[in-house]
Amino acid sequence: MQRGQTKPLVELMGVTQRYGRGARQFTAIQDVNLTIAEGEFVALLGPSGCGKSTLLRIITGLNRPSEGLVRYRGKSLDGVNPYATIVFQTFALFPWLTVEENVAVALKARGVDDATAHRRAVELIDLVGLDGFEQAYPRELSGGMRQKVGIARALAVDPELLCLDEPFSALDVLSAEALRGEVLELWTGGSLKIRAVLMVSHNIEEAVFMADRIVVMDKNPGRVIAEVLVPLPHPRDRKSDAFAALVERVYAVLAGQTQPEAVEYGTEPGQSGQTRLLPAVSVTALAGLLEQANATDDERDPIARLQDELGLDLDQLLPLIEAVELLGFARVESGNLILTPLGEAFAEASIQTRKEIFASRLRRLPFFRWMLRMIAAADNQSLRWEVLLTALEPEFPSEVAERQLDIALEWGRYAELFAYDDAEGRFFLEAPTVAAK
Amino acid sequence: MFKPRTFTPDLPKSSLFSRADLWLLLILIGLLALAIVAAEGAPATVQGPDIDLSLSALPFYALRSVGRMALAYGLSLLFTLIYGYIAAYNARAERIMIPLLDVLQSVPILSFLPVVLLSLSAVLPEAIAVELTAVVLIFTSQVWNMTFAWYQSLTTIPRELREASSIFSFSRWQRFTTLEFPFGAIALVWNSMMSWAGGWFFLMAAEIFTLGERDFRLMGLGAFLQTAADRGDIGAIGWGLLALVIVIVTLDQFVWRPLLAWASQFRLEMIGRDDDEAQSWFYDLIRQSALSQWFGRLAGSIDQFVGRVFRQHPAPDPFLDNSTQRRSALSWVLTVVGVLIIAWGVWSGSQLLLQVSIAQWGSIILGVGATMLRVATATTLALLWTVPVGVYIGTRPRAAAVLQPIVQIAASIPATALFPVLVLALIAIPGGLNLAAIALMMLGTQWYVLFNVIAGAAAIPQDLRFTSELLQLRGWERWRILILPGLFPYLITGLITASGGAWNASIVAEYVVFNQQTYQTFGIGAQIAAATAAGDFAGLFAATLAMIAAVVTINRLVWRRLYRLAESKYRME
Repeated sequence: MQRGQTKPLVELMGVTQRYGRGARQFTAIQDVNLTIAEGEFVALLGPSGCGKSTLLRIITGLNRPSEGLVRYRGKSLDGVNPYATIVFQTFALFPWLTVEENVAVALKARGVDDATAHRRAVELIDLVGLDGFEQAYPRELSGGMRQKVGIARALAVDPELLCLDEPFSALDVLSAEALRGEVLELWTGGSLKIRAVLMVSHNIEEAVFMADRIVVMDKNPGRVIAEVLVPLPHPRDRKSDAFAALVERVYAVLAGQTQPEAVEYGTEPGQSGQTRLLPAVSVTALAGLLEQANATDDERDPIARLQDELGLDLDQLLPLIEAVELLGFARVESGNLILTPLGEAFAEASIQTRKEIFASRLRRLPFFRWMLRMIAAADNQSLRWEVLLTALEPEFPSEVAERQLDIALEWGRYAELFAYDDAEGRFFLEAPTVAAK
Repeated sequence: MFKPRTFTPDLPKSSLFSRADLWLLLILIGLLALAIVAAEGAPATVQGPDIDLSLSALPFYALRSVGRMALAYGLSLLFTLIYGYIAAYNARAERIMIPLLDVLQSVPILSFLPVVLLSLSAVLPEAIAVELTAVVLIFTSQVWNMTFAWYQSLTTIPRELREASSIFSFSRWQRFTTLEFPFGAIALVWNSMMSWAGGWFFLMAAEIFTLGERDFRLMGLGAFLQTAADRGDIGAIGWGLLALVIVIVTLDQFVWRPLLAWASQFRLEMIGRDDDEAQSWFYDLIRQSALSQWFGRLAGSIDQFVGRVFRQHPAPDPFLDNSTQRRSALSWVLTVVGVLIIAWGVWSGSQLLLQVSIAQWGSIILGVGATMLRVATATTLALLWTVPVGVYIGTRPRAAAVLQPIVQIAASIPATALFPVLVLALIAIPGGLNLAAIALMMLGTQWYVLFNVIAGAAAIPQDLRFTSELLQLRGWERWRILILPGLFPYLITGLITASGGAWNASIVAEYVVFNQQTYQTFGIGAQIAAATAAGDFAGLFAATLAMIAAVVTINRLVWRRLYRLAESKYRME
């Protein structure tokens, strides 16, 4: 509809966001350049931790970037952008205010008098289809209805830039679908002042369904890795080949290609070079993925289909895929997951054999090689949690280091590489009973 | 029912005493020494009021007692809002203010009573000084948990709600009325109730305080009860206690319950549910009356008026601002002045401590030990009866419905009000004051333990109870595997509060003036009181410091470790 106009509304130039300082500095977003033009619906897509929500907060002026420039209509942004508004993932409604008060509060903050605020709030509640619920409290509403209040409140300030921060991910499937349609209707109807929409999403289908352009981000550090145009007219047909082809294309971009082992593994903590972060997945979920992929006769499993069958969202699936790649159980090629013979063996193995396979793979990972050496070198071959944490801290911010140790603990315990005494907070080398059998 | 909660700020896991603790200790020593120096000018004799034991005087005394409580509570609320706000929004100030609160909440407040009394009566007219001391004492007993609650709710407001307030450009006032206050309201009301209940203990203690020639008593219910016990007037004791219970129950019904019911509209859960703890017939009555509409209109126009004033000043939310803060010139000046004052205090304090002889230090240390034994005995005795009774009530909803209100009424009587009665009953037998001291400690603390045991027993998940039944766990096995681990976190919370209360009680319990005669038993509380009576300021300073140091050390070495253990190992999820 409004396509063809290309006047830039928002421009980001070399935006970088860092947290902490010194050795523990952590780069959330690195050198992002992005333009949102008038009339565009842009989706920001990426795995969790890629900084897409942070980017949205920088664009609206809630956060100030460490480096780089944010411009709105050509002027550089200082403080919160009064022409922008956000619809939040968790709705961010005030539980002690009624539906009407929740909408009116945004108007009152702008100095609108009570009577006008009341009239305008009722109109907007009408617009999103909540008439009759003006005096209800958010706790009386379903998730979908709450998000409608969130939308009405966002529209109350007549925004030019509407930002949606994973607006449908806290809703059940049916409400989410219905609300997607309604948001699109509001946008394509053109009766509102909104000049552009920016939606953060981790749902590929949702992005292809709604956006004109998808900006794909990756993590460590958060950055833009690709932009995919969606040249399909609204309303879009999810069943069409063109739609499916676009979805697969985005999957291929996101899942990437399996790298050679040396690149996948990274280096040990403390050595020069990048230490590979262990993806946060449980061994059970990992086994589930391998079993599912092994269940079909095809050698190649499209990741889009696996996600559907397993009922996972992208934030759950991507770390799993990362883990099976890292452990050498599968490869990723152009949006397909291909099990290696080892992966197939794991999927079919007994409980004990699985542990052995898993242990043999963990012993190859630099992180575990380092950890086992540390424990073996300590007195009584036992080491306190804090010691390992301190050793990791020059490499990672402390929350990341703790998280990494937690994951390593679960994997290593499963593989019986080491034991852990929770009361004492100590790692022990396990006697090599597994090998003896 | 009041649930005691103890706040534990995030502290380094590895070491028990941090560098911040050292600074805090110095600050505390400094302040205390300053007060002692001021106290040296206190008059040697203080005339107490004449207490009228006639029934017609009771309402007047009750009113004066409630007035002191209300004044102290008002101060506490004001302090809470300001202190909590600064601590939550100024990262630099937070680093000092929160550990300081943590130490202050664990310090036995009554140990300050003599010092505060003497230093105030040195500079102010006696009548005002004594009134002010009572208010200060109640204030210090009420304020810490309220401040923590407010600080904690300010810092736990969900980020998205803050962002929403920011993106819709709320002014500071609007942020306070729409977000911060509603978010903290329930915690603030709960903690106010607890603080109010706890305040009675200190009010009664302050009202009956007498040392040698100095009679610091205040006209009020506490002094009434004490005089009645002095004269052995059983009838007057009965009437006094009745009046106290009536006052406490009335305030509960007409002030706290309605407030709680009012605050329940600010609950955060998004699921609808009826909270029967927050029911109040009086609140329902007010709501239906014209009075509430009038109040609503009044609040609305105040909101509009203040809102208009604040609208000119947009307020960026410091929580969302990730740029580093600069230290202002004012904070530099304040820091320097503060450090100078503290340094002077520490210096004069150390001069004082030099006057204390080795022998005196020896008896102080022994005194700490003796009081510690009494505290341990009292808490053990409290445990022995509260655990079985609490588990009985907690696991039987029907028994709880009958017994809970009775327990609550019994618990609402401040132990210090009963103390004169205890003394009357026990003073004649040998070792009587020792018994009375332990009994007072128990009376003041057992309820915290009991309420926590009830709550803990009720919180043991049904599934686990069924499982243990299926496994046929009986007798000791059942206690060892199911009940005690389930109770553990609750027991620890209750015991922390209880032992704090017991230390407090030692000041009034170990040194008693009864019928113009002074009785004392060996202990640190008696030493503090005796030093005050004798005008031995060096001894008073040394003994008070020793008690504070003992309590803070026990807290860190024993209670905090157990609390961590309870948090990590015995938490039911």
